[in-house]
Amino acid sequence: MTEIEEIKTNINEDLMILTGNHAAAHAFRQAKVGVISAYPITPQSPVVEKIAEFISEGKLKARFVKVESEHSALAVCCAASATGSRVGTATSAHGLELMYEMLPWAAGNRLPIIINLATRSLGAPWSVWTDHSDFITIRDVGWIQFMCENNQEIYDTNFQAFKIAEDPRVFLPVIVAYDGYILSHTMMPVKLENQEKIDEFLPPLKHHINLSDITQVKGIDPVTTPHVIKRAEGTAPGYYEYRYALQKSLESSIDIIKEVHDEFARKFGRSYGNGIYKTVQTEDADTIIYAMGSVASQARVAIKQLRKEGIKIGILSLKLFRPYPWDDLREFFKNIENVIVFDRDIGYGYEGVLSYELKSALYGLKDRPNIKGFIVGLGGRDVTTEHITTGVHRALNEFKQGLSTNKTDFLGLKLDELYDYDESTYFTRG
Amino acid sequence: MTDSKKDYQKILGSVQKPVIGEAGETGTWSPKKPIIDLSKCIPVKSRKPSCFNCWLYCPEAVIMRSIPPKIDLIHCKGCGICMEECPVKAITMEEVKSE
Repeated sequence: MTEIEEIKTNINEDLMILTGNHAAAHAFRQAKVGVISAYPITPQSPVVEKIAEFISEGKLKARFVKVESEHSALAVCCAASATGSRVGTATSAHGLELMYEMLPWAAGNRLPIIINLATRSLGAPWSVWTDHSDFITIRDVGWIQFMCENNQEIYDTNFQAFKIAEDPRVFLPVIVAYDGYILSHTMMPVKLENQEKIDEFLPPLKHHINLSDITQVKGIDPVTTPHVIKRAEGTAPGYYEYRYALQKSLESSIDIIKEVHDEFARKFGRSYGNGIYKTVQTEDADTIIYAMGSVASQARVAIKQLRKEGIKIGILSLKLFRPYPWDDLREFFKNIENVIVFDRDIGYGYEGVLSYELKSALYGLKDRPNIKGFIVGLGGRDVTTEHITTGVHRALNEFKQGLSTNKTDFLGLKLDELYDYDESTYFTRG
Repeated sequence: MTDSKKDYQKILGSVQKPVIGEAGETGTWSPKKPIIDLSKCIPVKSRKPSCFNCWLYCPEAVIMRSIPPKIDLIHCKGCGICMEECPVKAITMEEVKSE
């Protein structure tokens, strides 16, 4: 945990005790975001409440647009971004799902908008607690997706997100996610950087479009046809060419993400693995726990115990979920024997998303590792050290016997505590 | 910088320009086209710039405010609104065979 050590050695007046939500709000303030439009939803609300506070105190010169829904919030963000302004918002769960319709527009129009997502499970039934179901649902719309593991990382990733999004080689929207409550409402020391240094790292946005500049005869959302459009004024791309450009920009953004991460690390002295994933004790490991966010954090504790038992185990905590860094993952896993995946999500009807995506990414690799996926912690059910050690033991045992399948395996279920529960008779017992 | 740009880096979202036929030759969308019966058309009969309801209501701005009113059939989508709005029923929608 290099970042924690770094904090200890740099105790000064810039160190604040902040929740994950407030760390995100401070990042927006220091990134000098010009327009924010948001709608409140648990557990994200404190982000935009804090931003509104900054604006009213004069600490942030920005326009806060109040709207009636998340769909409108992102619509306002898209329009504001098209005027050349730096734009951001924050949301959770069903808020993100209501934004869904606008998400591909933001990506297709290549608008560098940042969303901070405090992850929360999707209904029904109602739950305000964390899992990654909301985060994974937007994986196919063309956004860059990051998952954070601590509050300092939320703060730092926001600056990197703006820098990546606004790079002329990229121009894509980015979502910075962190576990609801586990990070969003938990206080941790966060080092706030000096404003001048931030300004040096993150210069003002030079957008490819500025609708407020009337000397430019430009618009967004062109009408396209299945064909390349030929006319007297020149030839313009069809839908297919636009979507090719979007996909190729996403693919090539992985190198730029690493570049920006390294630049940030050099400037501020904090790094998060290689900017794509973080590793813990993987140098001599033959068995790897593969997880994201809060689950990977818990695994950091669990491997201490597993190491004492003599298992050479390490963790790969995925930071960049989209674009999927399949090349880096193939490189990393080519010499690994066993991988145990813990998903705080399900691709309903199949299995955990991290699990099946890793299997597909490693397809065709010689001597590819054994992979077993577990489902953990849906709807905020605690993911304990015991769940992780149980999972690792069960998986290693199955690998030995050649039993592992794609069938989902749930850890931490408490069906036994329901005794003779049967919904059909639930209300007849008085 | 421009030289090192890859092909996909040259295609972003912001290319819409206010030009004729932004969405291509939309005249191919419908087989029926408006034909004006000049013996009924008000500006033709009065020889004065008058009426022009067809020009006013055309959602695609393909009708010119001239005497007689000219219709850009290459971009007319054939919606028939001009026929509906013409007060003297001078416009009919007729099948136009492409050559």
